[in-house]
Amino acid sequence: MYAFEIDRPASLADAVTALGAEEAQALGGGQTLIPALKQRLASPARLVALSGVAEIKGICTADDGALSIGGGTTHADVAAGAGAYPALAALAGNIGDPAVRNRGTIGGSLANNDPSACYPAAVLGSGATVVTTNRQIAADDFFEGMFTTTLEDGEIITEVRFPVPEVASYQKFEQPASRFALVGVFVAKYADGVRVAVTGASEGGVFRWSEAEAALSRSFTPGALEGLSLSGDDMISDLHGTGAYRAHLVGVMARRAVAAAR
Amino acid sequence: MPKDGGIGASTKRREDVRFLTGNGHYTDDINLRGQAYVHFLRSDVAHGRLRSVDTSAAEAMPGVLRVFTGADFAELGGLPCGWQVTDRFGEVMQEPKHPVLAHGKARHVGDPIAAVVAETREQARDAAEAIVLDIEELPAVVDMKAALRDGATKVHDDLTSNLCYDWGFVEENKGAVDEAFRKAAHVTTLELINNRLVANPMEPRVAVGDYNRSTGDHTLYTTSQNPHVIRLLMGAFVLGIPEHKLRVVAPDVGGGFGSKIYHYAEEAFCTFAAKALNRPVKWTSSRSEAFMSDAHGRDHVTKIELALDAENNFTAIRTETYANMGAYLSTFAPSIPTWLHGTLMAGNYKTPHIYVNVKAVFTNTVPVDAYRGAGRPEATFQLERVIDKAARELGADPIALRRQNFITEFPYATPVAVEYDTGDYHATMDKLEEIADLKGFAARRKASEAKGKLRGLGVNCYIEACGIAPSNLVGQLGARAGLYESATVRVNATGGITVMTGSHSHGQGHETSFAQVISEMIGIDADQVEIVHGDTANSPMGMGTYGSRSLAVGGSAMVRATEKIINKARKIAAHLMEAAEGDIELKDGRFSVAGTDKSVAWGDVTLAAYVPHNYPLADLEPGLEETAFYDPSNFTYPAGAYACEVEVDPETGRVTIERFSAADDFGNVVNPMIVSGQVHGGIGQGIGQALLEGCAYDEQGQLLTGSYMDYAMPRADDLPFFAVDHSCQTPCTHNPLGVKGCGEAGAIGSPPAVVNAVVDALQSAGKDITHIDMPLTPSRVWAAMQG
Repeated sequence: MYAFEIDRPASLADAVTALGAEEAQALGGGQTLIPALKQRLASPARLVALSGVAEIKGICTADDGALSIGGGTTHADVAAGAGAYPALAALAGNIGDPAVRNRGTIGGSLANNDPSACYPAAVLGSGATVVTTNRQIAADDFFEGMFTTTLEDGEIITEVRFPVPEVASYQKFEQPASRFALVGVFVAKYADGVRVAVTGASEGGVFRWSEAEAALSRSFTPGALEGLSLSGDDMISDLHGTGAYRAHLVGVMARRAVAAAR
Repeated sequence: MPKDGGIGASTKRREDVRFLTGNGHYTDDINLRGQAYVHFLRSDVAHGRLRSVDTSAAEAMPGVLRVFTGADFAELGGLPCGWQVTDRFGEVMQEPKHPVLAHGKARHVGDPIAAVVAETREQARDAAEAIVLDIEELPAVVDMKAALRDGATKVHDDLTSNLCYDWGFVEENKGAVDEAFRKAAHVTTLELINNRLVANPMEPRVAVGDYNRSTGDHTLYTTSQNPHVIRLLMGAFVLGIPEHKLRVVAPDVGGGFGSKIYHYAEEAFCTFAAKALNRPVKWTSSRSEAFMSDAHGRDHVTKIELALDAENNFTAIRTETYANMGAYLSTFAPSIPTWLHGTLMAGNYKTPHIYVNVKAVFTNTVPVDAYRGAGRPEATFQLERVIDKAARELGADPIALRRQNFITEFPYATPVAVEYDTGDYHATMDKLEEIADLKGFAARRKASEAKGKLRGLGVNCYIEACGIAPSNLVGQLGARAGLYESATVRVNATGGITVMTGSHSHGQGHETSFAQVISEMIGIDADQVEIVHGDTANSPMGMGTYGSRSLAVGGSAMVRATEKIINKARKIAAHLMEAAEGDIELKDGRFSVAGTDKSVAWGDVTLAAYVPHNYPLADLEPGLEETAFYDPSNFTYPAGAYACEVEVDPETGRVTIERFSAADDFGNVVNPMIVSGQVHGGIGQGIGQALLEGCAYDEQGQLLTGSYMDYAMPRADDLPFFAVDHSCQTPCTHNPLGVKGCGEAGAIGSPPAVVNAVVDALQSAGKDITHIDMPLTPSRVWAAMQG
């Protein structure tokens, strides 16, 4: 780890001010950033810890029925407190290990946009809205590829609003070593259609599987996905699985998600 | 009735109190006054010529005391290899220099090139980044067979090739083996890989060097399984320090699994730099460094052939193995694929003709040496896999085929140079069939199929050679060390006992089980006995803990020393009771005169030894302390039968272990609970090798699995509850305790069971799959199923 300055603002306004400093970087739960710092893969001059900002923590139901989760809410708190959206709570409860779940935050995970992270699948699969200090961003506009989002420098995720579906499920097939998603598929059925989001598989990060969405919107059954397949060409191919394997797993996990949707 | 003390009691491990309450005292807990820190600059290329190493900027960095490079060690010895193998043509192996810091070339990713010593760890690391390296990158040698082709880039320019040795065993058997294959009714051939593993003990390696300028004494604190061996190797071969001026301390050590046997460059560096700088120098490995600097394990590529006659009797075995040595010879590396592997190729079977060929190869990878099991898992895996394949080809029941070929008469001299003293392989197989409920398998398979899963059953046997080893024998085989063990038993005036053993304990529970043995022999409470190990200043000599040898060899030394103690104490007791020595009996901690009610307590005798007022001073020295060295007359041969049941998800290829059963014969058992724990841990590591762990390099020699993000360690939820049994006991005939060793069995016996089970599951779905190389990851199993 290189030496750095750290700010611990207690309010969102102070956090925004602190992030205005040169080379400042936000620190959520630190479950990705701290290991990167320890390996000297990142060298920010100044970290702004968001863990003291109470106003971006917590879970509530908005007037329109959406489940609103503060950007600084830990995975463990979502697992315990998002009962109104069981598939989301289950997803949060199965991220990493207890240490990760008790430190890592939804805002940190989304801002990092690891191509194998779980939360991006839930946000994209739910058509959620990412609320920041500057604006509201639709999920379809938020993710821009591996480790890349539409967030601007200094912009903090304050809240994520999830429309609650009729039924949903997230099925993760774990990479054996890291237990990140080798493939994770989030399926959510809304009155106006079905959304299917896939994480872990693609070189481009989380994506929607539109053919599956169309098929499931017609018939929300595992059988509706028979015959549909993705190409392995654009999928991640590494030590843990070829692109063809990942493409195959997307189909398997999607069918299982439909079968398990509650 | 289970005993509550002594031999056979499941006494709780006394050392666990300090381990589980955070009060263990590990090497990294040692911080000396004035301590400086070293950071090693390691090669990030697999193979490169060092054109220049410019340390001037680093030397000027804050807190830097000195920057060392290979040139600083040019006048000193390199890291020695402890075993010289002679090849099938009678030539000794090629043995390259292994400098403390790379000199001339860097030969693997992680090879230390320079070392910065600074006031703080961060300053040392900062300065290391300021070293300017000019490296001419050379083609990396990664694949073993490619490494042996004509014109291949050489890892060591001064050797004739990348071949360390071409070993044939037993060379004289070769003609008879070939003849048996010509006459065979059936031949089964299998090509397989025994995957490269990283040991990953929970505690990474640490070294702290210290030097006392006023006395000239050196001390090295290190994470070692055998501090005396480190003292000998480092003192005599690397730094030129006589043993009486060098103390090596290995305090609590958090697991070794073989990887902490060897003498490493970092140990020599810290000892050397402490004198050069007149400051204690400390190094603590990061996990990332451990992946590229701890010796790796296994990494064999093998072709095995099994010949059978028309009645399915095994008639011959022929193997050809390529064994990866990595870039340098680690301390015991040459012995693992040879004497610890070839000698076990008979397994549990009376195959009359066996020939083993091993080509050891240098590559631009981390050195490979012993890892839990060491050579024996490699032998067991190929043998038990080829038998399973043969059973399938012949339509024979895999258990019946094994039983038909079991060795049943002991002692049994194998065609590969070893003589099994005892065993009963039918008994362990009978026990396995019972505890694994093999009769219930068909119903369990049906239940699995009903939920869309394929269920498979894999069974195998194993044998291992433990308690290494008769010194005169291993000397003939090329060992540059004796393999005895020593113990000093010091009885204190008030009767308590301190045992100094050379058998280091780093998880095995010696502090408990060794005390149980003394308790049994004398009849005093085990709490009266303290086991001390891990410090060359305390124990007379120690060859250390590996190869499941501690109780069989170190325990035997302790027994011999305790016998001397009892003999002397008997003389003292005879004097105290004015009786003949031959009439004295020792029972439950009291000496009595046979046939009378006269007796004296253990404490009366020990007190008399140190306060010799009423004492036969003319015939007997005062005091009660004895030392014994024990050199075994043979290896011990634990054996057993294992069964694994798996479910395979045909859609994803994911394998789950549903049941795992182990029936072992360890001879006599001192502490059944500790033995079960050792078997559990071994099976956990064996399942890790079979399903999860696989160290991988790319073609450029870059380590692809350099962290837990890519190297999969087994976790609790990867493992089922194990059914383990060690009630089948054929005691070892040649050591005083009749024990055989249990530390490695689980890791040896479990990988073939898992792979046999997965192949069985896939065959049950009509897939013509006869082998998949470990680790059987979901993607590999799925790919195999796609054909």
